[in-house]
Amino acid sequence: MGSVLGKVLRVNLTTGAIYTEELSAKLSKEFIGGRGLGGKMLADEIPVGIDSLSAENKLFFVTGPLTGTTAPTGGRYMVVTKSPLNDVIASSNSGGFWGAELKFAGYDLLAVEGKAAEPVYISIKDELVEIKPAGHLWGKNTNETTDMLLKEFGDTKARVANIGTAGEQLSRIACIINDRWRAAGRSGVGAVMGAKNLKAIVVRGSNKVEVADPEKFKEHVKDAMAKIKENGVTGQGLPAYGTAVLVNIINEAGIFPTNNFQYGVFPNAEEISGEAVAEKYMKKKDPCFRCPIACGRYCEIDGVGGGGPEYETVWAFGSDCGISDLKAVIKANNACNEVGVDTISAGATIAAAMELYQRGFVKDADLNGGPALQWGNGEAIVEWVLRMADKEGFGAKLAMGSARLAAAYGAPELSMTVKKLELPAYDPRGLMGHGLQYATANRGGCHVRGYMISPEILGVPEALDRFSIEGKAEWVKIFQDLTAAIDSSGLCLFTSFALGAQEYADLLTTATGVNYSADDVLASGERCFNVERLFNFAEGYTAADDTLPKRFLEDPMPAGPSKGHLHRLKELLPKYYEIRGWDAEGVPSDKRKKALGL
Amino acid sequence: MMKVTVKLFATLRHNRFKVAEHEYSAAPTILAVAEELAIPREELALTMVNGILVSVEHVLQDGDTLSIFPPVGGG
Repeated sequence: MGSVLGKVLRVNLTTGAIYTEELSAKLSKEFIGGRGLGGKMLADEIPVGIDSLSAENKLFFVTGPLTGTTAPTGGRYMVVTKSPLNDVIASSNSGGFWGAELKFAGYDLLAVEGKAAEPVYISIKDELVEIKPAGHLWGKNTNETTDMLLKEFGDTKARVANIGTAGEQLSRIACIINDRWRAAGRSGVGAVMGAKNLKAIVVRGSNKVEVADPEKFKEHVKDAMAKIKENGVTGQGLPAYGTAVLVNIINEAGIFPTNNFQYGVFPNAEEISGEAVAEKYMKKKDPCFRCPIACGRYCEIDGVGGGGPEYETVWAFGSDCGISDLKAVIKANNACNEVGVDTISAGATIAAAMELYQRGFVKDADLNGGPALQWGNGEAIVEWVLRMADKEGFGAKLAMGSARLAAAYGAPELSMTVKKLELPAYDPRGLMGHGLQYATANRGGCHVRGYMISPEILGVPEALDRFSIEGKAEWVKIFQDLTAAIDSSGLCLFTSFALGAQEYADLLTTATGVNYSADDVLASGERCFNVERLFNFAEGYTAADDTLPKRFLEDPMPAGPSKGHLHRLKELLPKYYEIRGWDAEGVPSDKRKKALGL
Repeated sequence: MMKVTVKLFATLRHNRFKVAEHEYSAAPTILAVAEELAIPREELALTMVNGILVSVEHVLQDGDTLSIFPPVGGG
């Protein structure tokens, strides 16, 4: 038996029906699992134009063929649904241990349908699957919910995925938290759980995930492990300082977004750097399931411990809000995990609010007595994150994300978003490839759909001139397609610093017993990317949405090493469409669709 | 004499410094600066001059800021 179990668990919260069905072997082969499989199933199963917060939306928790195996980093799962933030296919990836546990319980994926009349949670213990009342958990934050559920479940080795109060309040930047501080963070997936009155999913499994060819699989695992250990990024850099070590690098390059992307250099970067986190607050590493990289950090502050902060979080609550108080940044990070909001979107939305305040769109009277939104106000970031769980007032406005907030105050151009998704921690004016990736990523402004920082800043697999547009469209396509395949496999994207398509193909082949070549892996990624694109276009998106905030296209970077640069998106897009096999309007051609079997 | 600001990051700071001004009588390469600081070649993962990624053979100019990173990464 291979590592694909062939079993879909469906739970309908409207009818209370719980049943399993066979996973199509064809879909499994063509879309691998995770993001690809979940995206295809969502596109096939929900009608166009539905309200993402209605009972008609579905919520898939999808593992990959390598989830739960001994492959390095094999603990990932993907949450796939229609996004309440921007109506695209949302696929939010998370690590920790929950995904592997779902596989141990015997399922490749869980599909949640309908809407419960009252708050409930789903309890999974191998074949025993139950919908249980969660009225006593409603209103609790993630740590408390996790504690209560583990006690109720009677097995502390169970794994809990849940929403905090922000998800209950349908915040469009709400996330799903598993294993206390691992997050399926982006695109508001937590609000879909909230809308279904689904507070949590507890899972405990007792099976081992078998692989098709144990001997060969073991060899390929050993080979992948060695490559991860030998690689400078995965073997040394990430283990030593975690992701936050990027703060100084990105700041030195003059693309470290500061004060809502008004500047690219933060004078106090050192104070919020990975080096400072390690020196002052880090207590231990906090690795995910079977991860030899162990980039996760565990920090303690005033006696309270928690996971992170990651680079993106340090940036969003740090320089993007003009804040150099690392203690406040870590507290804001913990607050996000407690109330259950995405740290990137939460920090970036507060940064947008600070610019709205700077320019007089938001006034003190709008703040319901909350902290003033001056740049650098550490108290403000913690307090306003906590208030994102409010039912009304300015906190509730923040909880709708930056695009809706800025539009509500008549200044949409101050929202640093693509397709309403808050941009992450790299200013595209100094990164032509990465900016193209932001504009074309199917879930909106995102860095982990084709991490062009790797060649444009880190020089991996080779150094590219970050200001040049030459060859960038081709690089972005390959990065996006390979990323989609990795997101479908059940492994962590960080393995791609050390592994290539061939290594993933070898692991998948020997685990599943289905033959994958390197080309098959890339083709599956491309198929996934096009399914997402077609879903979004059916929802009304057009080529006009493949864009960047005006600031990056019209206002040159004001100072620092990237001074004077704009993003040259218009020059890049036609070439990108061409090599993707899309027409001038960005629509996948019939020929390309046919070639991909769509 | 020419002046170069040298910035070190992450593990390279151990027993060295965060930032220092160095003076040279002739324009040095990055490799020469690293040698002077006893930084092994394999630790020169990322070298930037004035925020731009350059190779270790790059020759420094008066007033340059050189930033040296060991293997690092993430996202």
